[in-house]
Amino acid sequence: MLYIPGNNPAMLQQGGVYGADSLLLDLEDAVALNQKDAARILLRNLMQSIDFYDAEVCVRINHLSTPFGLADLEAIVPLQPHAIRYPKTESAEELMALIQIIERIEDEHNLPHDQMEVHAMIETALGVQNVFSIAGCSPRVGALTIGGQDLTADMNIVYTPDGAGIDFARKRIVMAAKAWKIDVIDTVFPDINDEEGLIKETEYAKKIGFTGKAVINPRQIDVIHEVYTPTDEEIRKAYKIVKEFLVNREAGIGVFAIDGKMIDAPVVARAQYILDLANVTVEI
Amino acid sequence: MKNALGREIPEYIEGIGKLEPFEGAWAKLSKGWMDEPTIPAPNKATLPHQSKLCDSLQEAIEKANPKNGMTITFHHHLRDGDIILVMAMNILHDMGIRDITLAASSLNDCHDPILPFIQDKTITKIWSSGIRGKLGRAISRGAMDLPVIIHSHGGRVRAIHTGRIQPDIAIIAASAADCEGNATGSHGKSAFGSIGYAVIDARYAKHVIVVTDNLVPYPCIPLSITQNFIDTVVVVDSIGDTSKIASGTTRITNSPMDLRIAKLAADAIEYSGYFEQGFSFQVGAGGASLAVAKFIREKMKKQQIKGSFMLGGVTSYCVDMLEEGLFETIFDVQSFDAAVSKSLFNNRRHIEIPAALYANPFNCGCMTNKLDIVVLGALEVDVDFNVNVITGSEGNIRGASGGHSDTASGANLTVVVCPSFRGRIPIIKNSVHTIVTPGESVHVIVTERGICVNPLYKHLEENFRKAGLKVVDIHDLKKEVDGITGISRKLKFTDKIVGLVEYRDGTIIDVIYELEEK
Amino acid sequence: MKPKHPSQAGTFESSDVIVLIEPLEIGSGRKIEIESIVKLQYGDNLKNVVNEMLDQYVLTDIHIILKDKGALEPVVKARLETAILRSIDRQNQ
Repeated sequence: MLYIPGNNPAMLQQGGVYGADSLLLDLEDAVALNQKDAARILLRNLMQSIDFYDAEVCVRINHLSTPFGLADLEAIVPLQPHAIRYPKTESAEELMALIQIIERIEDEHNLPHDQMEVHAMIETALGVQNVFSIAGCSPRVGALTIGGQDLTADMNIVYTPDGAGIDFARKRIVMAAKAWKIDVIDTVFPDINDEEGLIKETEYAKKIGFTGKAVINPRQIDVIHEVYTPTDEEIRKAYKIVKEFLVNREAGIGVFAIDGKMIDAPVVARAQYILDLANVTVEI
Repeated sequence: MKNALGREIPEYIEGIGKLEPFEGAWAKLSKGWMDEPTIPAPNKATLPHQSKLCDSLQEAIEKANPKNGMTITFHHHLRDGDIILVMAMNILHDMGIRDITLAASSLNDCHDPILPFIQDKTITKIWSSGIRGKLGRAISRGAMDLPVIIHSHGGRVRAIHTGRIQPDIAIIAASAADCEGNATGSHGKSAFGSIGYAVIDARYAKHVIVVTDNLVPYPCIPLSITQNFIDTVVVVDSIGDTSKIASGTTRITNSPMDLRIAKLAADAIEYSGYFEQGFSFQVGAGGASLAVAKFIREKMKKQQIKGSFMLGGVTSYCVDMLEEGLFETIFDVQSFDAAVSKSLFNNRRHIEIPAALYANPFNCGCMTNKLDIVVLGALEVDVDFNVNVITGSEGNIRGASGGHSDTASGANLTVVVCPSFRGRIPIIKNSVHTIVTPGESVHVIVTERGICVNPLYKHLEENFRKAGLKVVDIHDLKKEVDGITGISRKLKFTDKIVGLVEYRDGTIIDVIYELEEK
Repeated sequence: MKPKHPSQAGTFESSDVIVLIEPLEIGSGRKIEIESIVKLQYGDNLKNVVNEMLDQYVLTDIHIILKDKGALEPVVKARLETAILRSIDRQNQ
């Protein structure tokens, strides 16, 4: 997921070419207070004219407690991006209030209520504590994300590269997302020149369950894809498992063994997930 | 008359002569010989133990007996740091010499100061592989009566062999030389690396002057330029601005767009079928083109592929790959930074080559003929895969033909990398403003929006698709880009021809018209 | 409609355009100045876009300056709209 500042025409018009799975067009922190109007209008125009190819387009709006949040929604909701991302979400009630406004605007434009997702950004201690109810407050909540910088600020601690201070938050947010079976995106890695650090952090994010990671520079995209792409070895193993499973199912067998290891439904599901990531289909 | 690409070419131009239309990238070569005879190089004689040293460039030029209507040549290895060309032209101008043909292997921004000599007819004809800056602007607006002739690096050697360019005086700047004129660019405070383009000038000019800011005790080695062709040697304080000649090492671009294009191009190369043990490789020194080397380097290491040779303009990045053992050899006709000069001087697998060996089409096989993969840039491309590297979007002459068409004609896989639009200007045209490299010698064009495969080379498309790479039809891409940028207004030109673009075999591939908007 | 006060939108970045607006006396008409790195290719297009946008907001007496670094048409329109809304104090509606 690539962050693009909402008031930068050069970056917006090329947003789709870098191969990011999703784009986060940002009207919030990346835009100066006195340029909020300019960014909103620019984004509205470019979203209608630029092809972002296969990338899912998400727009981060300003919080409704600011003078800009409502105007952002009025401008962006009619364009029905893949998702609206809401910053500093702290409670289910707050997110429900947002969704009500979104649906009011959708009604005014004769738009359905089940197309555009809402993504909640968790970046305060209160949000972290309430994350389970936030994630489950509406079927429109399609993903959670963690904002590392804001969260450490809210916690009055220093953001460190080892992520020690936000580790609990990371895992709690992941768990809430998994419980509701929605996506969960890790925070950005701010040092664009530290490729090794990026790899390490992405590997960790993958290990604890994040389904993706946000980036601030297109150069980081390939690194993250590399980490998230299953290796040939993993694909071979997964292929073998799924194939054996299908063959055994034909024969009415549910649990079987490969190389002396028991293969049951969760193992098959995990193997299938790897094959889906790699775009591999199994035929028997 | 129309040439094979449908461009209207005059049959004859007063002051230049009969023109031959372009017939096809390999049409003339396929005969196996060149119709034009090679003219003899001048015969010279000197007595033993004479001194060649002159006190000043002025004295050396006076000794060369300059005349109205003569041809003078220079090389461009000092790039934008060169001060010798302007110094020499000032001397000739002050001597009242007129009607000079300037045959510099390329002209850069640093040569802007000779513009007044064009306006006052000191210089009336120009041969060069590239023209930039104010000079290019003025020429595009009709500053000269005769069109300039743009040749390729290989084509320049051919043009000298056949007598199309007959150098009367050659001025060869060198960063080290001895009293007999043995000279090199590989060491000294103004080191610039290979001096490969100047070798043919030394061989053919009636009078050859070596200019150096670093006279070394005899003999100056390596013998890049040899004394048997040199008439006089001059020592000056400086041959140029060292910071602009060559400095440090070349960095790979940080531009996300260039890196994106380079990544796609490297993927295309990987799955082209030519990325295999012992492959040979050439990349340009700029932006996306050089960045391709970064990705190829990673792929070579990962797949344990070792290449044969790297060719052409050489950057420190190529030197790093040589030192890592990724390639056996570098053949260097032009060096882009200080680290390259050092390598050229120290590493016997880093070999200096003359332009004739690099790219002259008419011999028993120049090195570009042995290339597997070349990555080249473009100012414009068109749906027929023709490439323009000489005129900009505003119609000005502002680039260089260089080795573009030479390497494209030789390589098994020619990859052209460019953004699909710059600023607001679409780069993919229905028909490029000026053709330098014919589409039939370009296999793929890679932009940030995907890989376009020349329909003449269908097999590549299949390879790319199998590998899951993003292949786009160039017509579809053009439509898409026009949709983004909007259709631009066509530029207006008069019917005066200000430039002729010579293909490497000496035929005329295109002409450049004078801009109407001044 | 009449601009209430001078306003500005856009940046000097490449692919962007700066739009400056100044109200003029009633009856002065439109005064449009365009500077662009792509004026040769897109000068006419830029002028048309400006006039269309001014028509849309029924602005007749106005001095408008564009300093364009190769902005795409939707970008030019966005900056024009922003500057116009700012000049009539409607930027947050």
